[in-house]
Amino acid sequence: MDFLNAIILLLNFTILPALTYGSQLALGAIFVTLIYGVLRFANFATGDMMSFGTMFAVILTYYLQSLGINFGMLPTALLTIPFAVFMMIFYMLTVDKFVFGYYRLKKSPPVQLAMVSVGVMFVTQAIIRIIIGPSDRRFLDGEKFILKAREFKEITGLNEGLTIKSTQIITIFVTIIVVSTMFWFLNKTKTGTSMRAYSDNEDLALLSGIDPKKVVLITWIIAGILATIGGILYGLDKSYRPFVYFNNMLPIFAAAIVGGIGNPYGAFLGGYVIAFAEIFLTYAYKKFFMYILPESLEPTSLVQLLSTDYKFAISFSILVIVLLFRPSGIFEGKKI
Amino acid sequence: MAFFEGNNMTAGYGNGPDIISSCTLNANKGEIVAILGPNGAGKSTAMKSLLGLLNLKSGNVKMDGEDISKFSPQDRVRKGISFVPQTKNVFSELTVNENLKIGAFLRDENLENVIKEIFELFPVLFDKKNQVVGELSGGQRQQVALGRALMIKPSVLMLDEPTAGVSPIVMDELFDHIVKIKKNNVAIIMVEQNAKQALSISDRGYVLVTGKNKFEGSGKDLLNDPEVRRSFLGA
Ligand SMILES: Nc1ncnc2c1ncn2[C@@H]1O[C@H](COP(=O)(O)OP(=O)(O)OP(=O)(O)O)[C@@H](O)[C@H]1O
Ligand SMILES: [Mg+2]
Repeated sequence: MDFLNAIILLLNFTILPALTYGSQLALGAIFVTLIYGVLRFANFATGDMMSFGTMFAVILTYYLQSLGINFGMLPTALLTIPFAVFMMIFYMLTVDKFVFGYYRLKKSPPVQLAMVSVGVMFVTQAIIRIIIGPSDRRFLDGEKFILKAREFKEITGLNEGLTIKSTQIITIFVTIIVVSTMFWFLNKTKTGTSMRAYSDNEDLALLSGIDPKKVVLITWIIAGILATIGGILYGLDKSYRPFVYFNNMLPIFAAAIVGGIGNPYGAFLGGYVIAFAEIFLTYAYKKFFMYILPESLEPTSLVQLLSTDYKFAISFSILVIVLLFRPSGIFEGKKI
Repeated sequence: MAFFEGNNMTAGYGNGPDIISSCTLNANKGEIVAILGPNGAGKSTAMKSLLGLLNLKSGNVKMDGEDISKFSPQDRVRKGISFVPQTKNVFSELTVNENLKIGAFLRDENLENVIKEIFELFPVLFDKKNQVVGELSGGQRQQVALGRALMIKPSVLMLDEPTAGVSPIVMDELFDHIVKIKKNNVAIIMVEQNAKQALSISDRGYVLVTGKNKFEGSGKDLLNDPEVRRSFLGA
């Protein structure tokens, strides 16, 4: 019984949240890796682009709510995804046409494009501030819980409760759909293969008749879908605060680099590596040990390796360690 | 007038000096033409000019009598000119199958038959069709590169050192394949360092030195020309 309680405790406070957070990071990390693999620069506007897409979901959710439209048990925000994705892609393509495209034509070095993306980041932040402001917004509605701790305890008779938030299940479910569709597209369709070919060997791709403009267009479209959906899922699960999206760039980049930058499959797994590391290292295991250890051995301290204030330090350390020892990432696999 | 010709081509990289000057090369269908010359002579540059990867300062490129000097490389590919570059001539992160499919990117019809023909030509590749090309041997990679270029069923095939870095046995095999391809009425232009072997399967050859035509003639004539032998064939 104590053993079961210990498992439920971990499931409730670490595994389920880590799977959720990991999915959100994974979507962002694939976005980073795609842009890096195809357009060949580190996009520092990643976090704010995710925020930009989410902003439209928030605004439209409020508008739909004001009209009395909702999605029943599910969050209204899910209805706004197509619109938010559309606005995001429109913004990305506009930025690409007027900013990135210029440097791409000039064949600027990747560092220069990365610096340009910092500029794009600041502009994007400013636009967001003008449109919606910097404050914290909740836009989750519908059924908040799939399973409440109390119900779980009543059903199982255990001491520990398991809470399953609807946002957790929605996040995991939507991520599986989005990511598997994307991998299917990249690996099985002609356009997807041409994207991978372009990323692998640009000159030969041109000699084979692949149109670089089309590759760039498709890349931004996929990036827009990933960025917006990742951002919305994160915002539903936590809340929408533009500054937090900027902060999330560190774990997102860490995930992309852990997975081997340019490798979408690695970025996907990298998201979970970072999420699990962050949550496992900052969780206080006291109660867990109280369940599994005999009373005489019970810990007196919190048994917490790091305070949650240091969670970004974990991403950062992983980033540095990977760059030092396995700069090509910890996963084998094809680049995009 | 030849089927595919570059006439008096002068070109260089960017604003740099002319690398080839007044260089003339041509090939007819069903003919293998070898381009020989010392390292840095401008052989690769001449090929890139034929494909339009470099802008000509003067001269022209004609195919079947039509001046295609203003065509983009992609449009030339669409017209049936295939090119296997000297380096990075495969997609090393894609599988053999995917490499071939990308080769036929501009073709819409069913590719299965064309791919089957390629596998008949290069049976080794059939066993490796789902393997990533980066994991193949150098010789197998050259076959993938050739196969990729053949997927559009080109009428002009340009090969930049197709036998670079392969063993003598594989080299002979590759040359056999090239002869087979020529029999399908393809005009083949190839740059080769293995000059003797290349000339022995070539109908004609050119020797370029510092970007200019130095010698030209039938494969046999060049092989027997004492001056060519002394300076380029090492005997
Ligand atoms: N991308 C480039 N930009 C500037 N100069 C170049 C470029 N590629 C080649 N060159 C110059 O052009 C000249 C001819 O090079 P090219 O590659 O055509 O020689 P090659 O005859 O093919 O030699 P090799 O037998 O070594 O392949 C060289 O002096 C080289 O430095
Ligand atoms: Mg060369």
